[in-house]
Amino acid sequence: MSNRGTPLVELRDISIAFGGIKAVDHVTVDLYPGEVVGLLGHNGAGKSTLIKCLSGAYQMDAGEIRINGEKAEIHNPRDARKYNIETIYQTLALADNLDAASNLFLGRELVTPMGFVDDAQMEAETRKIMGRLNPNFRKFKEPVKALSGGQRQSVAIARAVYFNAKILIMDEPTAALGPHETQMVAELIQELKAQGLGIFLIEHDIHNVMKLCDRASVMKNGQLVGTVNVNEVTDEDILGMIILGKKPEEAAG
Amino acid sequence: MTDAATPSGVKKTSFFKALEIDTRLLGMIVVFALICLAFDIKTDGRFLTARNIFNLSIQTVSVAIMATGMVFVIVMRHIDLSVGAVLAMCSAVMGVSQVWILPQTLGLGIGHPLTAPITIVAGLATGTLIGALNGWLVGYQRVPAFIVTLGGLLIWRNFGWYMSDGQTLGPLDQHFMLFGGIEGTLGTTVSWALGVLFSAGAVWALWRARAARIQHEFPVKPIWAEVTMMGIAVAAIMGLIATYNAYEMPIGRLKRMFAERGEVMPEGFSAAYGMPISVLILVIVAIGMTVIARRTRLGRYIFAAGGNPDAAELSGINTRLLTVKVFALMGFLCGLSAVVAQARLSNHANDIGTLDELRVIAAAVIGGTALAGGIGTIYGAILGAVIMQSLQSGMAMVNVDAPFQNIVVGAVLVLAVWIDIQYRKRTGEKV
Repeated sequence: MSNRGTPLVELRDISIAFGGIKAVDHVTVDLYPGEVVGLLGHNGAGKSTLIKCLSGAYQMDAGEIRINGEKAEIHNPRDARKYNIETIYQTLALADNLDAASNLFLGRELVTPMGFVDDAQMEAETRKIMGRLNPNFRKFKEPVKALSGGQRQSVAIARAVYFNAKILIMDEPTAALGPHETQMVAELIQELKAQGLGIFLIEHDIHNVMKLCDRASVMKNGQLVGTVNVNEVTDEDILGMIILGKKPEEAAG
Repeated sequence: MTDAATPSGVKKTSFFKALEIDTRLLGMIVVFALICLAFDIKTDGRFLTARNIFNLSIQTVSVAIMATGMVFVIVMRHIDLSVGAVLAMCSAVMGVSQVWILPQTLGLGIGHPLTAPITIVAGLATGTLIGALNGWLVGYQRVPAFIVTLGGLLIWRNFGWYMSDGQTLGPLDQHFMLFGGIEGTLGTTVSWALGVLFSAGAVWALWRARAARIQHEFPVKPIWAEVTMMGIAVAAIMGLIATYNAYEMPIGRLKRMFAERGEVMPEGFSAAYGMPISVLILVIVAIGMTVIARRTRLGRYIFAAGGNPDAAELSGINTRLLTVKVFALMGFLCGLSAVVAQARLSNHANDIGTLDELRVIAAAVIGGTALAGGIGTIYGAILGAVIMQSLQSGMAMVNVDAPFQNIVVGAVLVLAVWIDIQYRKRTGEKV
């Protein structure tokens, strides 16, 4: 993948520490429109922490975020949403006691002219988007705790997709899914990519990385090991980066 | 993605399923009806008289108003142990205001028309401010609500004690007394009119909800079920109004009323009390709180934050400010309850609202509010308050010993939660 034009997102020299432990240590990664960048590394390598600086869940200690070349101020999740950054968290971040529509529109409810939440309209919109993402979805009235893992996942994905995200962060979107559902997510990623979205994908499964990602950035102990073009390396090169923390200079040529 | 598609037109077998009544609500109504019937039989029909129902209503209002606020607090995974003490503090402010400051210090004299409004605003503001302070300590300073309000339980009643020098304050302003119950009723005509208004409102709300679903082509319940629901709502409202309108004023009281106007009561004249103003306040609070819970962003965020605080935060909801709002609302309702409680007792005494925190929490919990957060209804809490008050009044009427009354109420609280847990297990919900 050739790096053309202005990146959609640049995370420059990001650092964040918790009680003296450097969770992310001067990491720089970028993301272009229509590109999927995989973030890889062991548990505790700092991938999720790095990405939470972009989604507004954490505030970085040092570094800067640029969106379309301009410095972005992201202090909380509301700021991130203003930049059309949507996140699918590993935990899904669903309120279990609310139904699918309430979760999908949480924080961005549709309201009637009187200012009351318009549940009927939100349910209609939810039915529309779910008809596209997961046509078998029927449980619109139940609280989401009554849903299966895959159904819950599709609610979380619908929430990220519905609001015209330009930048999508997916934190292990297929971890709780069966093979069929994983395939659906893979197809969705291809479709969104074709629409010009930039996607950060945190993923443990190396096969998914090879299949879905254009580039892969590997982290270890809070530091960036390196970023490689996926089509120029083998899965063993990437595994080597994850395990040894070294960039495969020889292999990459 | 394995759920079998249920065709929308499928014939529902169960009668109650078609009505789509919350089974938990149904259970509570059945329990309440059984309690009423049992006491009525035991008291030879004295329990279900217009007079007793009237008295039960005005005794319940204060706790019921606070219980609606407690639902929000508990739904957000917090607790407020200070409501009784805050009620006492608000009552002290209002007692001092209408007995000392306004008539004496400011020289408005007894019976000035501004005394009641100023007093009430002062009481409501006191409650709201204390609640906001609690919310700030919980939300922004991260002190657990249990601790903040346990402290408040000790603090506020005794602040009130200092303000009032520990004195019983009275007599109260005559307009203020209207909010207590027996001194302020609407009469039969206004009560009937309100009954018709509320009935029309209930029918309109049900019909409009149906229309909205039809407009979006969602499945709706059969029309007979809808009409049955409307009928039940109208019958309940008009039945309650009819009961209030059946409670006749004593002759002595009527004669006194005529004498005050310098007239003589005509022979054979009779009049009924009608709906108490305090009950009307409760109805308005109940409607208002239900609208907040179901139809506003504030309510949606309260339930979301209770269901999953992290998800609410990640959705861009300012959960800290939300905590302040919820506790401030709770404080406001404590102030409102103080108006009703003080006017009903016709004075301020320092022990007003003692143990109300426990009654209020019990009412909310009996009404199905889950202490784990995220679940609770306004109508449930009010019904919980009514059930508790009925138990207490009923036991007093059949001469159950005082200690045994508390034992029963305590046991009912635990039993209610146990039944709720069993119910949720049966329906496959996580407990």
